[in-house]
Amino acid sequence: MSEVIRIKKGLDINLKGKAKEISAKVETSELFSVRPDDFHGITPKVTVHEGDKVKVGTVLFYSKANPELKFVSPVSGEVIAVNRGDRRKVLDIRLKSDGQFASESFSKVNPSSLSSDEVKEALLNAGYFAFIKQRPYDIIANPNDCPKAIFVSGFDSAPLAPNYEYLMVGREEDFQFGVNALAKLTKGKVHIGINAESASKLYKGTQGVELHEFIGPHPAGNVGVQIHHVDPINKGDIVWVVNAQDVAMIGAAFRTGQITFGRSIVVAGSCVKKPAYYRVTVGECISNLVAGNVEGENLRYISGNPLTGTQIPSDGFLGAFDAQISVIPEGDKNNEFLGWIMPRLNKFSVNHSYFSWLLGKNKEYDIDTNINGGERAFIMSGEYDKVFPMDIYPEFLVKAILAKDIDKMEQLGIYEVAPEDFALCEFVCTSKIETQRIVREGLDYLRKELA
Amino acid sequence: MKALRNFLDKVKPSFEEGGKFHAFRSVFDGFETFLFVPNTVAKRGSHIHDCIDSKRAMSIVVIALMPALLFGMYNVGFQHYLVHGEEASFWATFFYGFLAVLPKIVVSYLVGLGIEFTVAQWKGEEIQEGFLVSGMLIPLIVPVECPLWILAVATAFAVIFAKEVFGGTGYNIFNVALVTRAFLFFAYPAKMSGEKVWISQDTICGLGSNQALVDGFTGATPLGQAVSSTTITDAIGAGMSPMDMIIGLYPGSIGETSVIAIALGAIILLWTGIASWKIMISVFAGGILTACMFNAIGANEVMNLPWTEHIFLGGFCFGAVFMATDPVTSPRTECGKYIFGFLIGFIAIVVRCLNPGYPEGMMLAILLMNVFAALIDYCFVQANIKRRLNRVNK
Repeated sequence: MSEVIRIKKGLDINLKGKAKEISAKVETSELFSVRPDDFHGITPKVTVHEGDKVKVGTVLFYSKANPELKFVSPVSGEVIAVNRGDRRKVLDIRLKSDGQFASESFSKVNPSSLSSDEVKEALLNAGYFAFIKQRPYDIIANPNDCPKAIFVSGFDSAPLAPNYEYLMVGREEDFQFGVNALAKLTKGKVHIGINAESASKLYKGTQGVELHEFIGPHPAGNVGVQIHHVDPINKGDIVWVVNAQDVAMIGAAFRTGQITFGRSIVVAGSCVKKPAYYRVTVGECISNLVAGNVEGENLRYISGNPLTGTQIPSDGFLGAFDAQISVIPEGDKNNEFLGWIMPRLNKFSVNHSYFSWLLGKNKEYDIDTNINGGERAFIMSGEYDKVFPMDIYPEFLVKAILAKDIDKMEQLGIYEVAPEDFALCEFVCTSKIETQRIVREGLDYLRKELA
Repeated sequence: MKALRNFLDKVKPSFEEGGKFHAFRSVFDGFETFLFVPNTVAKRGSHIHDCIDSKRAMSIVVIALMPALLFGMYNVGFQHYLVHGEEASFWATFFYGFLAVLPKIVVSYLVGLGIEFTVAQWKGEEIQEGFLVSGMLIPLIVPVECPLWILAVATAFAVIFAKEVFGGTGYNIFNVALVTRAFLFFAYPAKMSGEKVWISQDTICGLGSNQALVDGFTGATPLGQAVSSTTITDAIGAGMSPMDMIIGLYPGSIGETSVIAIALGAIILLWTGIASWKIMISVFAGGILTACMFNAIGANEVMNLPWTEHIFLGGFCFGAVFMATDPVTSPRTECGKYIFGFLIGFIAIVVRCLNPGYPEGMMLAILLMNVFAALIDYCFVQANIKRRLNRVNK
């Protein structure tokens, strides 16, 4: 066990509507959707048509660049639509579940006894490989690579995020099997970042991993921050990252011989009547979770946390990598009079021109989606540095990206970052600059130019 | 509020593309966002945002300038009655100063904001708030007798050539208010220095004194006197204690004289974190150390000035608190701020001591360091890049 890594920079945003540790049950939805956009960095080639019967694990589309990289159905049932947008871009594949969750075949075996290629093949065929992301670029991993290490973040520090200790209760064996499988995919180690303040019994009992304890505010739970402090990514390095729940999901398949995409999620936010944990499946329609469970009219539904998530409609679908549905008020009808000069005691700011820093860390805030200002050029300095716990100058990196200066981006450490690492910068920015979008575009630009 | 909102919503279409008042879109936009926080919501990226915006940040600086402004007004009146040898009530004194200073504020804002509104209209952008601060700084750093037309020319020059040509707020290299002052200083030196410009002697709107000037009257600023004499006096030749210098009832640029008023502003800026304490502290550190160093040399009168007087007199405090801390024209790396501030303090005292032609060095020091801010950043960013490269080689 290595020593505790202290994250000093960062920010915990104390939002109203955190979920208590209660599991609630809700009727499983009939509708499911798989969105190729969730899997960043691939061009989908669809293999199913409307009306096709599918099982859990039946291929829906594959990556044009790597045909062995397959994306599968999370349910058994029928394809009801392949929705396309402009220039025939695949928006999503809509599925209707038959409620059976009948699975394609999968070998029930401890992955420790398999070879690296066998594990890889099993994961690719079952569609699990799509849940492995790579750094740099924050895209779906390329199965032909051999990463220098695999990182799993054992906790989520984002606002309203689920407590993984609770989420993963009783999944020790699944997690161990998943880790055994991942260990076959890298020449290096499997690292797990855990929260030093919680018991983490699950992780501490896992064999064949290297544990790293972190303490501090968000983004301590971001895997990018953990990688930076444990084994930073240099030019040419490839590191893979997997969500802790997806490790258990992979493990469960090896343990039971059934392909499943079940997942525990939290439904939280100031507009949720009873924030709680639910057991659902990737891509499930959220309408059963939120119908009758929200208050207020003008609401924003987010798949993921309020800092990095994706906006979805009230009958939208859970994203492939998300373990959280957040519901917060929209801020498009506030008409706040002279707001910029008011004391705004019930609003949250890290800036001391408001008083939230005096009202204590325990006060919970109900923050809406208003950006509280207009976009400007960079004016205030040092704001990003306070919430960006890496040895990187975030503002200079963003400027290098805006200037499309590839050399500078590389030198300033773009390989180590993902858009989510800039979420807090975007939150605190006085100039309301969309840093996550800029970083995403920068990563995509770099990948295209260097390909 | 609802009625106001409804009214704005009603007239809004005539300011939009094709409306009859489209030529005033930027003005309407400016007032609308001033009255009501825009209802813009996050479309992608973070769904929640901190409630600080640039209007808030800028208006905090304007608020922090208020003590210096109010004291400056009082001081203008005080000096006027002092040199005429007449006693006046507090309100008469203040009101005289108010009438003397107000036109400068109006001219500065009219010219500056006029240009900003025009450029925003022309570029089709929102109005940026940067000039709210510059427009308040400009009247505070000029002598009270500075003619309004010159002030208008200088403000226009600074806003156009120091800001808009670089791209507007956030892109300028030089502090806009200081460029205004530098323009005045070099284009109209007779109106900006000497003994005639620091004290308003005429009556304004019937207010003020008609009596003859008292004997022993000197209009020179204390720093101006320090060049040639060992004793520093106020406007009627009485000696000044350090306490007098801190209170600030002596001739000088309108806002720069009172250390107490500036300290109140500094407290607001540091409390809110809008200005960088790193820059502020290091300007003072640089200034004090350099002054002590020159004390040790002691080759001329100014070098012999104790460090306390260097700090209390002239624009040192005002520059350190309000000018050097401008986030746009100072370094953006945290370590760079220490070096930036220290060198400002150093150069300001060096200019004062080694160049008797310029009694005041603060303006030149800050403008010079504005140029080097990017270089300081470059060094720290380069060090970061090197660290990253070393990691690979290890």
